[in-house]
Amino acid sequence: MSELETAAHPEQLCRVAIDPLSRVEGHGKVTLLADRNHHIRQARLHIVEFRGFEKFIQGRPYWEVPVAVQRLCGICPVSHNLAAAKAVDQLIGVEQLPPAAEKIRRLMHYGQTLQSHAVHFFHLASPDFLFDFDNPVAQRNIGGVMADYPDIARQGVRLRKYGQEVIRITAGKRVHGTGTVPGGVNKALTLRERNYLLTDLELMTQWGRNILKLMKKAYEASPGYFTRFAAIQSNYLSLVRADGALDLYHGGLRVKNDQGDLLFDHLDYRRYSQVIREQVKSWSYMKFPFINSLGPEKGWYRVGPLARINNCDFIPTPVAEEERREFMALNNGQPIHATLAYHWARMIELLYATEAIRELLLDPDIFGDELVTRGEMTREGIGVIEAPRGTLFHHYRIDEDGLIEKANLIVSTTNNNQAMNESIRQVAENYLDGKELTEPLLNQIEVAVRAYDPCLSCATHALGQMPLIVELVEEESGAMMDCLVRDADGKVRESFVEF
Amino acid sequence: MSGEPSFTLDGQQIPFQEGQTVMQAALEAGVYIPHLCFNPEFTPHGSCRVCLVKVNNRMQAACTTPAAGGQTVQSETEELREIRRGILQMLFVEGNHVCPACEKSGACQLQAVAYYVGMLAPHFKHFYPRRPVDASHPDAVIDFNRCIMCELCVRASRDVDGKNIFAVEGRGIQAHLVVNTPSGQLGATGFSLHDKAAQVCPTGSILTKHRGYDIPIGQRLYDRKPINVVGDVAQLPDSQGGRRHD
Ligand code: SF4
Ligand code: FES
Repeated sequence: MSELETAAHPEQLCRVAIDPLSRVEGHGKVTLLADRNHHIRQARLHIVEFRGFEKFIQGRPYWEVPVAVQRLCGICPVSHNLAAAKAVDQLIGVEQLPPAAEKIRRLMHYGQTLQSHAVHFFHLASPDFLFDFDNPVAQRNIGGVMADYPDIARQGVRLRKYGQEVIRITAGKRVHGTGTVPGGVNKALTLRERNYLLTDLELMTQWGRNILKLMKKAYEASPGYFTRFAAIQSNYLSLVRADGALDLYHGGLRVKNDQGDLLFDHLDYRRYSQVIREQVKSWSYMKFPFINSLGPEKGWYRVGPLARINNCDFIPTPVAEEERREFMALNNGQPIHATLAYHWARMIELLYATEAIRELLLDPDIFGDELVTRGEMTREGIGVIEAPRGTLFHHYRIDEDGLIEKANLIVSTTNNNQAMNESIRQVAENYLDGKELTEPLLNQIEVAVRAYDPCLSCATHALGQMPLIVELVEEESGAMMDCLVRDADGKVRESFVEF
Repeated sequence: MSGEPSFTLDGQQIPFQEGQTVMQAALEAGVYIPHLCFNPEFTPHGSCRVCLVKVNNRMQAACTTPAAGGQTVQSETEELREIRRGILQMLFVEGNHVCPACEKSGACQLQAVAYYVGMLAPHFKHFYPRRPVDASHPDAVIDFNRCIMCELCVRASRDVDGKNIFAVEGRGIQAHLVVNTPSGQLGATGFSLHDKAAQVCPTGSILTKHRGYDIPIGQRLYDRKPINVVGDVAQLPDSQGGRRHD
């Protein structure tokens, strides 16, 4: 771990806080501890994670959980729904869903992936690529993209809508649907619904390719920046299919180290608690998961699109596979560590989602009428899924009456917790150390965090206009030395308000 | 005057038979008056007050007021709708009615009546009571969070099933539904899903275990048509999302 995490004499340091991070869903805060010469010695991302759910669900009937758990997150409710549904399948003793049920759930999941990736890239992240850091903040948001790249912005909106339609048709509603039931789903697709979803699909794949072209252009424009920005060496964790293919719905756990060596592979995720531990740190509400055998220092890992593309042997659809090969060639097939590569990997997945949806829509199984199955009740269920932001663990234990006794969730953003801190530290080290704090520099920290697409308190979409406060506090005396405020309208002002 | 006696309801002539209430006569004539604790198969209870109407300009519960020749009854007035909305809003904050997470959503009489009277938000401060779920019975579960104290299960178990499984304990705001056993657990009773008491609950309080959200959104009882057209959950068969096991 970098030596920056805990400074030797924190009492002599100034504190710089960026709060909240703009364009990150929810609310976050970055503390940079600087010494008197403005040297950044410590960097910490504070996240208020919503942990209330585990308590809230206690004493509730297990069959209610997949629908109730969707309230955890307004951004990827389907992922929580499906992870919980997979756990509930185990509770009722179901190992294998009927083909129709599994395929409809997959369809739902790929719809969610498409929708979530589209929102992240087009609404939140594309300004990071399309505009220079010197551009005014007021332009570096979706409004700016709309004005300068109207086609891209429109395609983003349509891709998102398409993903939402897939969700609506499979789950019944665009948010908080009820499509999954214990051991299956409650509805198959009709021919009409299938044909409706097929109508625009070619176009979606085409747009996915176009985005990747744009991505590659952005890369070629400054490969050095792209490769080095907030780059960190890490382990990677994801699910992979039994044959090593990328699979977002189901598979075994695979972990590669930074050299690309397999640490373990095809591990039954029901054994996750034997290989993953969570560390608690006094300064953060969010836990820090790590690979048990490596320990907390070396065992932290990254999840999400970059981890999945680094980890899988191939993508089972042709167009996305072509893109994967091109991407992996950047580092001769070795894992790619560039944090900005998350965006690229995410768009490969968006493309893959369009192809996967197509395959599923053309599969006659989705019209099947065997939608539910049941087995012998058990007391423990663990569901794991590759949510848009990364591996998501849902673990439930029920009492003999079927009420939830205990729940444990490891959400994607928690899995990336240590990695986000490492990336911020890296940015702080390379870009902020020894300089006066300026708005573009602070933006770079946000850009680093945003690459991971964290869902902080999982609440709102802050589309680039969130207020931002930067304080420079001398920790020893608590005196405010400087304070920079970015208001909701994007205007930046100096403030000397006493705190 | 000869022939059948009648009264007017919102200007419409409603014929009735001797001994009928305003509610019974109206429903028989196909005119809906919103209600929750009323079920035509049971002696009227008059407790929820959702059926409040004006009879000759006096506020009365339609379900307990005997019909009389020449009465003038008003039901669908803005004044009455306002009062009904208020009652519904109170019911929603008194318990924990989390519609998005409730499997009865879309086939819940409480929710359907709330829509019918135009209640869109709870308005009052939530009580957030802490009430446990009783899942001790092998086939059924009672979620007391959703109970509105209509006492239909009490009446059904006592009067039809002859089991007397449910009762109300406490007074006023403290009143709550209990299971009539020393342990207070449904599992310790002879309750069965075939009991009448299992088929009358207007909310998601008494449920079949392990089912979940088995009816897709769009096909649930009140997804397409409102309750005044569809009718009460207790009167409709299970296969249509109602509660009746025929
Ligand atoms: S459990 Fe249902 S039927 Fe019984 S009193 Fe409560 S709401 Fe009425
Ligand atoms: S229905 Fe008349 S008082 Fe409840």
